[in-house]
Amino acid sequence: MNFFRRRKSLNTQIAHDTAWSFHGGLVLPDHKALSKQHPLKKAALPPQLVIPLQQQAGGVNTPLVEVGDTVLKGQKIADSKNPVGAPIHAPSSGKIVAIDERTIPHPSGLPAACITLATDGKDTWADRAPIGNRYSELPAETLRQAIREGGIVGLGGAAFPTATKLTPTHPIDTLIINAIECEPYITCDDILTQHFANEIIRGIDILLRLLGAPHCIIGIEDNKPDAITSLQHALKAKPDDRIKLTVVPTRYPSGSEKQLIKLLTGREVPSGGLPANVGVVCQNIGTVYAIHQLVMQGNPLISRLVTITGEGVRNPANLEVLIGTPIHQLIEACGGYQENTGQLIMGGPMMGFTLEHDQLPIVKASNCILVTPKTPEIKQEIPCIRCGACEAVCPAQLQPQQLLWYSRSGEHEKAKKHNLFDCIECGCCDYVCPSHIPLVQHYRYTKSEIKTREQEMAAAEIAKQRFESKTKREEALAQEKEDRLAKKRQQLEKKTKEQHTDGGTKQDAIQAALARVKKKKDAQDAPKVTEPASEPATNPTDDTPTPQTAAERAAAAAKRRAEKKAQQSPATNPTDDAPAPKTAAERAAAAAKRRAEKKAQQSASTNPTDDALAPKTAAERAAAAAKRRAEKRQSSAHRGPS
Amino acid sequence: MVIAVAILCALALAFGLLLGYAAIRFKVEGNPIADQIDNILPQTQCGQCGYPGCRPYAEAIANGEAEINQCPPGGEAGIQALAALLDREVIPLNAENGEVKPKAVAVIDESTCIGCTLCIQACPVDAILGAAKQMHTVIADECTGCELCLPPCPVDCITMEPVKQTVMTWKWPKPDHSTQAKSKTHLN
Ligand SMILES: Cc1cc2nc3c(=O)[nH]c(=O)nc-3n(C[C@H](O)[C@H](O)[C@H](O)COP(=O)(O)O)c2cc1C
Ligand code: SF4
Ligand code: SF4
Ligand code: SF4
Repeated sequence: MNFFRRRKSLNTQIAHDTAWSFHGGLVLPDHKALSKQHPLKKAALPPQLVIPLQQQAGGVNTPLVEVGDTVLKGQKIADSKNPVGAPIHAPSSGKIVAIDERTIPHPSGLPAACITLATDGKDTWADRAPIGNRYSELPAETLRQAIREGGIVGLGGAAFPTATKLTPTHPIDTLIINAIECEPYITCDDILTQHFANEIIRGIDILLRLLGAPHCIIGIEDNKPDAITSLQHALKAKPDDRIKLTVVPTRYPSGSEKQLIKLLTGREVPSGGLPANVGVVCQNIGTVYAIHQLVMQGNPLISRLVTITGEGVRNPANLEVLIGTPIHQLIEACGGYQENTGQLIMGGPMMGFTLEHDQLPIVKASNCILVTPKTPEIKQEIPCIRCGACEAVCPAQLQPQQLLWYSRSGEHEKAKKHNLFDCIECGCCDYVCPSHIPLVQHYRYTKSEIKTREQEMAAAEIAKQRFESKTKREEALAQEKEDRLAKKRQQLEKKTKEQHTDGGTKQDAIQAALARVKKKKDAQDAPKVTEPASEPATNPTDDTPTPQTAAERAAAAAKRRAEKKAQQSPATNPTDDAPAPKTAAERAAAAAKRRAEKKAQQSASTNPTDDALAPKTAAERAAAAAKRRAEKRQSSAHRGPS
Repeated sequence: MVIAVAILCALALAFGLLLGYAAIRFKVEGNPIADQIDNILPQTQCGQCGYPGCRPYAEAIANGEAEINQCPPGGEAGIQALAALLDREVIPLNAENGEVKPKAVAVIDESTCIGCTLCIQACPVDAILGAAKQMHTVIADECTGCELCLPPCPVDCITMEPVKQTVMTWKWPKPDHSTQAKSKTHLN
């Protein structure tokens, strides 16, 4: 039967509830009744809202306001130039009192830039210009732009800018609305759907027009009968044969994009690919409602529903919360903490992360605040027994035990080859592992290691190119200088011949310098005789200027200096001929110097011409460099800024 | 007989020419092993290895003139990668070359800078911007943290600032017992 069903067109396929399934997954105790016993209410307007400048995946906004500015509700207060971005709007009216770093809700617990808004209690809206029913006549690009300007991001967890997702790279035939809400405890999508089913259906119409897609499937788990009824009513009141409602069995993590697409359409998003690759765009149902509010009311994304739940809270409930509201105020609105509390978690029990304290704001991505009754005891981890339980539940069809092995041994390439980056961090493997191995943590760690390594490689490549171009430039300059000096030397030789009779002392100085240089040069050249000139790769110093040129340069410099000394006042600074490290060789010397400073200081009294020679051994190099520095220190005292 | 010898000679000549041509035509530019080593080195260009840059050090390793443990910025991971590439044993970093330090970037105190350009000349990757007698700035993204600009500065206005960890650069920690309570699923 199944076989025939699969071959029918999409339209008839989706008429049946789930014709497909995904691998693995878990049926979990859902704890959802907890937060559904109290009605949806609006959280009170807090005296201060703290709005982190980073609200969406992959981008920080720049403030458009200054401390002291008064703002109106819905006024844009931060934006980024990044096309993949979403601006931030003032959630209420009031005065900007701070723009500084504060701790934000993030697994790192680190501070980041935030705008703090002291509310004035009036909640006065800025002028709004809703698109209204005109949306059906507007070009897709205008709608997309409006969605970007409205600061809409995905409310299903990842907070990816929605306008970008609605600019697909492939033709889309199916829009999937994710009303699954598969994580235990969380009920905000369920409650939202019960209250705003009509608005959601209108929101779907907006999205279908924008995408030019012929079909939409709303996927919802069978543990939300009230929400299902609401949607059925809404569809009956306003029939739309493009939209199908598909009820799926409750099984975590059917709300994860790739698994949901498989579950509803049978299509498999390729490894590393996007839903658009298989003609699908998937949006969370809360995101659809936010788009409706933006288009029909002109409301940017400044609030969301948040589930405040867990056995550690007195009256769990769903609240409509302004972005930036501190968590402690929401807990108070729900009757405060129970006697015994364990951990404070943002998100659900499977995917969420712990928070250090409750003085943190709600951000666009916060769907749930969970207070557990007790801190879980740390169960002693024991070695993997290769039971395969993790593999059986892995919805991404990975081999978690194998990935653990590669993560532990740092075999990044193998981990990548075994599709580590397909892991959705759902935690199923963790949950079932009898050895209590924190598997997901290993994968997160390894993923960030690999990413950092790749970033470092990219940075190194840039540094290499910049180094090469600088070296080339320097070599060209050195060559030029050398040519100039050679010319000068010729002239000088001529001159000295002419002055032969009266230049006794000068001549002596020059001759002495030349003799020293020659000696040194001979010493350097001697071991090189055995090395054929045609094998430059065997010489480690080959990237430095060739020895002859270096020696030549040194000779020239010595000569010039000798001449100067003879001609000018003896007070002339000896470092004039030994400027700051310029060539690659000198740079190495400068570095070597740091290590061998002490050693070098002793030899700092050697002949002044030595430092002009291309240093050969590490010791020599270090000595030369240290000396340069010593001299410079002395001289800069006399010389002052040049 | 003569013909056979002649043919063989002709063939030998022909193949000889062909090989000679191929040797010129398909000559491998540069030194592939050195290239591979160079790709592993961090390109900080700091000279701590005792060579004037990463490339010369790479060539020295390729020629068996240098050990694989002379690059402090590459750290232990770098030594491991080199050992794997060259099929050698992993050895600890040579302390004489320096120690592993957290990544830092140079920062110029712009009120003290006299615009002498000495640091610009010292920077191996052109990461310092400025003109004579105008204050200079470091392009933080391009700075490799090599510290070569520190000694030439006559007014000591350059300091190395450790790169601050932000929410954007933060990495998940290596799993251990202290992190376990936070990471395991919270469903009991
Ligand atoms: C393990 C896992 C479970 C998820 N569960 C849900 C869910 O229940 N509901 C939901 O809307 N998104 C869920 N997501 C996020 C979806 O994959 C997807 O990002 C989202 O539906 C996209 O819609 P949005 O951009 O409008 O948020 C889950 C993701 C993962 C990795
Ligand atoms: S479930 Fe745990 S013990 Fe079993 S194979 Fe997977 S990692 Fe090993
Ligand atoms: S966390 Fe990753 S490896 Fe573990 S079950 Fe989920 S997808 Fe598979
Ligand atoms: S020590 Fe390392 S980073 Fe510095 S120049 Fe040598 S190889 Fe490059």
